[in-house]
Amino acid sequence: MKTRLHPSSHAAPSASSLMLGIALIACAGLGLNPVHADSRAGAALAQQGGPGISACVSCHGARGEGQAATGFPRLAGQPQAYLLRQLQAFAEGTRKNPVMEPIARALSAQQMRDLADHYAGLPGWSAPSKTGTSDPAAAPGPRLATAGNWDKGIPACFACHGPDGAGIPPHFPAITGQPRAYTRTQLKAWQAGTRSNDPQGLMKSVADRMTDADIEAVSLYLENPAATGRSE
Amino acid sequence: MPHWLRKWIQGQKQTGRFHPSWILLVVLATLVVAGIVWIPVELVSKTEPERQPDAQAVSATTPPVPVTGEPAPAKNPRAPARATLASATGDFTPPDIDDLPDGDFGEAVRLGRNIFNDTQTYARAYVGNGLNCVNCHLDAGRKADSGPLWAAYGMFPAYREKNSLVNTYEDRLAGCFRFSMNGKEPPRGSKELVALMSYSYWMSRGAPIGVELKGRGYPKLAAPAQPADEARGKKVYEANCAICHGADGLGTRLSDGRYAFPPLWGDDSFNAGAGMTQVHNAAAFIRANMPLGQGNTLTEQEAWDVAKFMNSHPRPADPRKVKS
Repeated sequence: MKTRLHPSSHAAPSASSLMLGIALIACAGLGLNPVHADSRAGAALAQQGGPGISACVSCHGARGEGQAATGFPRLAGQPQAYLLRQLQAFAEGTRKNPVMEPIARALSAQQMRDLADHYAGLPGWSAPSKTGTSDPAAAPGPRLATAGNWDKGIPACFACHGPDGAGIPPHFPAITGQPRAYTRTQLKAWQAGTRSNDPQGLMKSVADRMTDADIEAVSLYLENPAATGRSE
Repeated sequence: MPHWLRKWIQGQKQTGRFHPSWILLVVLATLVVAGIVWIPVELVSKTEPERQPDAQAVSATTPPVPVTGEPAPAKNPRAPARATLASATGDFTPPDIDDLPDGDFGEAVRLGRNIFNDTQTYARAYVGNGLNCVNCHLDAGRKADSGPLWAAYGMFPAYREKNSLVNTYEDRLAGCFRFSMNGKEPPRGSKELVALMSYSYWMSRGAPIGVELKGRGYPKLAAPAQPADEARGKKVYEANCAICHGADGLGTRLSDGRYAFPPLWGDDSFNAGAGMTQVHNAAAFIRANMPLGQGNTLTEQEAWDVAKFMNSHPRPADPRKVKS
């Protein structure tokens, strides 16, 4: 392969030209990714942390699966561009969070890209085999998620977050499989204005029209849609 | 009868000769007949410019055509009786989307709803692009100001300039497949059209027939202050639309190839015969409904400009103008 790239002007390619060829091929491969993110570096950072940077895994789980009890979100499988924008938003203060803001400010632009790349590459949520029991407060959830409530101008969650809420890269994150506490907190943050990094204010306009009961219902439902089932 | 006229008639009877007053009588009679004809014509012509365009479904909006027998709009002060009827009954709330009937009819309604929301799957044979009915008729065809089915159903049969025929509601639905869906018309009586008619009928129960309901079609916009402009529209597009419909306007696909957000032009969008290709329709839809969940946030001028921009791009040809 390499010798074809370097036609036989030299009878025997030198070690340095060999290295150059490998480097060129490697760069060509990396060139497909315009930001040159290094998911392996991201993985190391996520595992070990760094100066001023706590290890991501300590809150977001060993495989980026999040933590239901505390409401730390799932990161695995989210769109790379979305994850990157969240880190930038924490650093810029358009997404308020006392834990994440200092961490994000300590990250270099390169580290942000590496981390986003790493978590985007991990497998996303899939419904657990057991369906569990349904909370009655979740009952309006399927309807809101799949059809919305246009009487109040609320589009279906899945209209933008994809069928089954699995996300639509690059801008719209997965919302199914997120801890209920996380979804609830975020919707309230949009209402309060402490999260304002949504493109074009799209989430703010939706969240503002939701009641506490709406928020509770979708938060419960989205945590595990299989437990609530879809309305028919 | 006036004295002078009686005297003149008596004179005619007696003499049997032509009298110059005959000329006056003929002129007066002509004016009376002309007046009888002119007044109703004038009423109709005043009515027409205010008619809502026939935009309850995207594909086939046409310029208003004079159709007597359709209700006069509420704004026409010369038609107070009809205006009262329309405004008194113009509000309609369709049934709950999940409150579907049982039995065979219920099955048809369900299929109709499925076709409407997922035309790609349930009416695949008649679709030639990447769209679903619900892309332009939000909330499964229920949302007011988004071409709701319940406001269209009772307005047919109606003459349409689009094909110079009196169209039934079934014809109207079939036209959507030909133009907005860039496909082919399902045969009349096919299970797809029966299902869509069942769904529309079910949704329209209790709605008056032949009455322009509030929320029908898209709310017509006044002419823009400045002529619609592609260059300004491009900026509006980039700031408000590209996030979903893509920087290239070709929509955003899911990993299975289906569209999460519909293409606005190009091979997989509506064809050049669709009603949405008329800038006034597109502007009205966009203003009332886009970005999704943020309807009525763009200015009317922005809606006109971005509609003009959208319709400046290539799309499949109007099948009426393609040599077969």
